[in-house]
Amino acid sequence: MATNHAEHHDHHEMSFWEKYVFPLDHKIIGLQYLLTGIIMGFLGAYFSYVFRMQLAFPGIDVPLFGLVTSAQYNSLITNHGTIMIFWFAMPILVAGFGNYLIPLMIGADDMVFPKINRLSYQIFLLSVVVLLSSFFVHNGGFGGAWTAYPPLSAKAEYNLTPWGSILWLIAVVLEFVAFLLGGINFITTLMNSRAKGMKMMDIPMVCWMIVLASILFMASAGPLIAGAAMLLFDQTIGTGFFDPARGGDPILWQHLFWFFGHPEVYVVFLPAMGIVAEVITTFSRKKLFAYKVVLFTTFATGILSFFVWAHHQFIAGIDPRLANIFTVTTLLISIPIAEMLFVYIATLWGGAIELTTAMLFALGFLATFLIGGVTGVFLGASGADIYFHDTYFVLAHFHYTFVPIAVIAVFAGLYYWFPKMFGRFMDETLGKIHFWGTMVGFNGIFMPLFFTGAAGDHRRIFDFSNFPELAVSSLQNLRIAATVSVIITAVFQFVFLFNFIYSMFRGRKCTVNNPWKANTLEWFATCPPPHGNFPVMPEVYRGPYEFSVPGRELDYWPQNEKV
Amino acid sequence: MGTTTPIATTRSVTGMPTGRLAVWWVIGSEIVIFGGLLMCYLMFRLKYPYWAMYSVHTNTFAGALNTFVLLTSSLFIVLAHYYAERKEELKAFGLIWATIFGGLTFLVIKGIEWTTEITNGFTITSSMFWSFYYTAAGLHALHVIAGMCLMAWISMDVLQKKNMHRVELIGIYWHFVDIVWIFLFPLLYIAK
Amino acid sequence: MAGHVDSHDHDAHTDSDGHGPAFYIKIWAILLVLFLISVAGPEISHHKAVILVTAFGIAIVKAYMVAVNFMHIKHEKKYIAYIMFAMLGAVFLFYIAVSTDVQMTSGSNWENASAKAVIEQHKDFQEHIEHE
Repeated sequence: MATNHAEHHDHHEMSFWEKYVFPLDHKIIGLQYLLTGIIMGFLGAYFSYVFRMQLAFPGIDVPLFGLVTSAQYNSLITNHGTIMIFWFAMPILVAGFGNYLIPLMIGADDMVFPKINRLSYQIFLLSVVVLLSSFFVHNGGFGGAWTAYPPLSAKAEYNLTPWGSILWLIAVVLEFVAFLLGGINFITTLMNSRAKGMKMMDIPMVCWMIVLASILFMASAGPLIAGAAMLLFDQTIGTGFFDPARGGDPILWQHLFWFFGHPEVYVVFLPAMGIVAEVITTFSRKKLFAYKVVLFTTFATGILSFFVWAHHQFIAGIDPRLANIFTVTTLLISIPIAEMLFVYIATLWGGAIELTTAMLFALGFLATFLIGGVTGVFLGASGADIYFHDTYFVLAHFHYTFVPIAVIAVFAGLYYWFPKMFGRFMDETLGKIHFWGTMVGFNGIFMPLFFTGAAGDHRRIFDFSNFPELAVSSLQNLRIAATVSVIITAVFQFVFLFNFIYSMFRGRKCTVNNPWKANTLEWFATCPPPHGNFPVMPEVYRGPYEFSVPGRELDYWPQNEKV
Repeated sequence: MGTTTPIATTRSVTGMPTGRLAVWWVIGSEIVIFGGLLMCYLMFRLKYPYWAMYSVHTNTFAGALNTFVLLTSSLFIVLAHYYAERKEELKAFGLIWATIFGGLTFLVIKGIEWTTEITNGFTITSSMFWSFYYTAAGLHALHVIAGMCLMAWISMDVLQKKNMHRVELIGIYWHFVDIVWIFLFPLLYIAK
Repeated sequence: MAGHVDSHDHDAHTDSDGHGPAFYIKIWAILLVLFLISVAGPEISHHKAVILVTAFGIAIVKAYMVAVNFMHIKHEKKYIAYIMFAMLGAVFLFYIAVSTDVQMTSGSNWENASAKAVIEQHKDFQEHIEHE
């Protein structure tokens, strides 16, 4: 049955249009998500460059942009946040890698619903178009911060972007719909379409993580979708859901938003952890230290992530008793995360570590995410948060979590799976230059911001020279250091972009199926795999991390090899 | 190429057909959407007892009639599934269209009801109670419309004895829409 | 290969338990009776407990009956029901944590002045209802 199927596809020549524009193949859809995400990532990074220039050199005529007005500044930071979370981290980590990897790694020929998969990307693309169009309407894009707290987001007389705010909200909801459709596909595929012999504990960690992330997303996004409908009516037809003068409650939006927003952190965090698990096991030639521990702590993280959201609202006027509870749960959730990091470090211990670019990025993830996690403890404690709230300390903290997740782990995954995706290797030397540039630049951006934040820099200030106690040169120098680091980091991303595009067409050819000598099923397919993925549908005989098994000649043992 | 089903779709590691598994996940995601909205409503309703002076104006008779219509259409679609399993495609087809007709009746009653409310001056901006009334029932009505469209599409396949299992899938969805109304009805109409 | 999905349906499915049209019509009839009680209860008595039990208690029973008998959740894998309960759990978690802020007008060391003002504005609503 399986061979017939593959032959059938070999006969069929698809037009460019069929193959790349309206594909049903999960790999092409995954790449569409990935490339769209990368493009949006560059856009978001450009926004951050513009507003960092304004903060370091207030009133400067920013090269490649011009003079930044306060309204533009608001719009830039809002859309930087929105794009980086919803149009960069989510599509790459969940939808991009999820689509590309899940069917390959579980030994299936495609997603269970290819047409729904295609629809998911099309809706996502529509959401991109709606978001981009919001920059060109009257008064420009939405400027009420990515959290869109009412009344600022609800009333045009406050946010001054009557169309931008509406388009922004519609784009976010469309994007949610796209990921719900995609998520249902991922979950069902993993549950029902695993290769023969693949038991629950044989599933590669990255597949588990992406699917658990999809479940978290599904369970948390519902109230916000309802809330978005309410906010949309507040904006457009003048209902008063979030208007205290008419009985509504703006705090309700904050709850709706963060009930989604905090699990969302784990929605992007888990796939990143999964990618890193694949990379470090392969390049340290060791079994994942404790597969079941990682899996069960992931479950624990997922469940706990629903009990921590109000730590974003400690000073928003929530009931103090609630703040106590959420402090405890927030500090609790650091336990499973720390446990996972320990397991990963234990996996490295005593391994034959090979420092490829992918491995460097994976190690970089562990090191920098640790800083993000540790600084989170300060903010999780409601007492300390009263001081730190809405300062650059918070900003530096969550960039120390999100940048490792959405940038560094993504690079690890890209360098690792690039040969599978395009049949060629990325250049290792350029990759290492890119790695060191990114790591130095990234730490250079956010390390100084911990200090400016602790000194009292508020997040949403357009021009610090208006605040005498903050406009001192010691703080301004730190701001300039951060901005210079932004430029350095950005320059090194062009090294990546060049490497990525050049290697796609001219890179060293990948002549074998399994260049990294890894165990998981995607390495059984050719580089790149054809439509239908496998020449023969693989069967699975063992777990995904059987490296350096004693008594075996080879130091790896593919899941599909019978003996 | 668009017509070939991937091998992935035909596998069933859990023992459940893929379509049914997916529909349950769809319903899971819908539970949180409607649940979130209704919980918001409930909080405000319990906070403001004075909303009683708006809710007395809701038309219990129209709401009750609609509950009856949806319950009956639920019966039709479960019977359609029964006959679809027995490959009696004509009976299944008829019952699917009876269900669609039920949905249509529901929407007509809803339309008359809303027109009356609006002409009486109770619009979505009149008060927060009415905002919730129109938002919740409107979101539900959108699901009714979506269900009707899907059923019409599925019924065409049923006539040709293709994809008969989809009758069950749309049935599960339709029952869920019915359950949402079972809760909307007391929340918006009965609790005065 | 084309017919395989249908065949799945059969073996995992319910109608072998003797669920025929007569059974479904019986369930429908029971649902109708419950529905009539739920409408009649609050009409007869405006007592809060009566409304709670007849309107909302019966709604839960009806939803349960539809889920079990029409959606056949009983015959699915057990975890389907658990997933649905987990989703409901998320909804109730939301209610429990948020109601302390949104549903109450004051709490320990805080009060919601604007909500209180709104309630004050409408304090003669009882007369308003009787007047109607």
